[in-house]
Amino acid sequence: MSHAIQAEGLVKHFGETKALCGVSLQAESGTVLGVLGPNGAGKTTTTRILATLIRPDEGNAQVGGYDVLKDAHRVRQLIGLTGQYAGVDEMLTGTENLVLIARLLGMSRPDSKSRAAELLERFDLSDAAERAAKTYSGGMRRRLDLAASLVGRPEILFLDEPTTGLDPRSRTGLWDIVRGLTDDGVTVLLTTQYLEEADQLADDIIVIDHGTVIASGTSDQLKAQAGGQVLQVRPVNAADEITVARVVADLLDATPEQRDGLVSAPVTDPAVMPAVVRKLDEAGVTLSELNLRKATLDEVFFALTGHHTDDFEAEAEELMSQEEAKA
Amino acid sequence: MTAATHTTPLPRQVGLGTGLRNTMTLTWRNLVQIKHNPMELIDLSIQPIMFVLLFAFVFGPAMAGSVSDYLPILIPGIIVQNALFASMTTGVGLNTDVTKGVFDRFRSLPIARTAPLAGRIIADTVKQAWSMLIVLVVGFAIGFRVETSWINLVPAFLLLLAFSLLFAWVSVFVGLAVNEPEKVQIFGFTIIFPITFLSNAFIPVSDKYPTWIRTIMENNPVSLLGDAIRGLLIGHDVTDPSVAQPVAGPAIAALLWGVAIAAVFIPLSMRAFRRGV
Repeated sequence: MSHAIQAEGLVKHFGETKALCGVSLQAESGTVLGVLGPNGAGKTTTTRILATLIRPDEGNAQVGGYDVLKDAHRVRQLIGLTGQYAGVDEMLTGTENLVLIARLLGMSRPDSKSRAAELLERFDLSDAAERAAKTYSGGMRRRLDLAASLVGRPEILFLDEPTTGLDPRSRTGLWDIVRGLTDDGVTVLLTTQYLEEADQLADDIIVIDHGTVIASGTSDQLKAQAGGQVLQVRPVNAADEITVARVVADLLDATPEQRDGLVSAPVTDPAVMPAVVRKLDEAGVTLSELNLRKATLDEVFFALTGHHTDDFEAEAEELMSQEEAKA
Repeated sequence: MTAATHTTPLPRQVGLGTGLRNTMTLTWRNLVQIKHNPMELIDLSIQPIMFVLLFAFVFGPAMAGSVSDYLPILIPGIIVQNALFASMTTGVGLNTDVTKGVFDRFRSLPIARTAPLAGRIIADTVKQAWSMLIVLVVGFAIGFRVETSWINLVPAFLLLLAFSLLFAWVSVFVGLAVNEPEKVQIFGFTIIFPITFLSNAFIPVSDKYPTWIRTIMENNPVSLLGDAIRGLLIGHDVTDPSVAQPVAGPAIAALLWGVAIAAVFIPLSMRAFRRGV
């Protein structure tokens, strides 16, 4: 077995709800596997099974070569887990949180203290080391949580939505940390609902929705699946939007998406571009925006599932209501 | 990476020594929290002091003729009531750990499966001992006396501890079943008040009560524990000094109650735990 993480046909029910309907995945040693999907897709359930917190109803999984069911204790000696909700003890200081984990992992008191200090330094928390974690900001808590999962120098790290709820600066900071880890040879399974995050960090991505893997591959492969490129056209007059959509639909043989006066559609053959421009010119439409760009993962998701991620929709709705407020 | 890349094979399970060390570490963690939250210590201290003083000086003269005559009834009763309240902290703490994700972190570590719960229970036992001490100190200050032997405080504490460990499973269940620590607290108060008041903790059982209430009062584990502790510390019946107060009978009955409660709530807790994850 050459995979650090490998799962076959994981099924998990919670009462009536089917959280996982047969998820299979694998991650090569030293790579980042991105598990991408909207809220409720089954990302956390998958992570929890692999981290030995819950048992699957069906299927099997090996982590570091050990079976998560039969050899759970060995798996636990190899993994680190950072959950969606920061698993730090808010009453304890940063140092105490890390010393606690180190002591539980069998380190001596002095070793625990120096390991804690080293990690706090590395995660830029030295100044807050002696403060209770409840006084930390969201970003600091996540960093402490991540530090806690690294105390035992795990070979395999599970990061369940590590950046959810973080501001953009904290998010990019966390990305740098994750990149640093893979440089050290750590295998990372990262779940996220942010397409950009998977794009930035993951070597391989699986997309899951409603407990099923709906696509897998590298970020580029997934983008290629969705047509590779996207054409975006915005007419000067909003009234021309329908004409634009019709022209695009005819020429690209795809149903264009219309949002806030912007018409976009996946492009499989870039050679069609001159025809689009010509047709729109003939129709007398003046354009304020015309571009051809690589598809984002959100568009991949849309192409695969027929709906956007919840996140994207929430964002779009917010934008719309802002526009309405302005008008 | 494969299993073969680990030069020394990883241990398959947690050894006993490691398990004990894990438990001690987690006990430390639960106690060191008090350092950062002195309010908890005040909470553990003020409530017993308040109960003792209010009951002794407000109810004492009316119930037993004088404060000093009431203390042999009251102090053992308050000690029991206190132990039940303190056992709720187990559930509150457990619920906080589960909702904050701390419990998940522990369970993903290569430590003894029982260590998180055992560490919490031991830490809570220390807190129990503290609040029992407070009740006794306040009791002594206002005139309560151990009429038998000081050494009897040891079996009294052990009995109380054994019962609270069994009773704590109620709070463990509630702690796992509800989604907010505050709810555990509310639930605790809602069940502990009627349980302690339908007992002889504050007033001796007499024929002034209808039979059905008397039956409940006499068989309530709180009454049984109170009697056993009165037997150990006072030695005689609180209303009639010439009658000896038996210890073994009520103590065994109270522990049987505890076992029955645990027998119901351990499986319920396990189910709530599996469902919750």
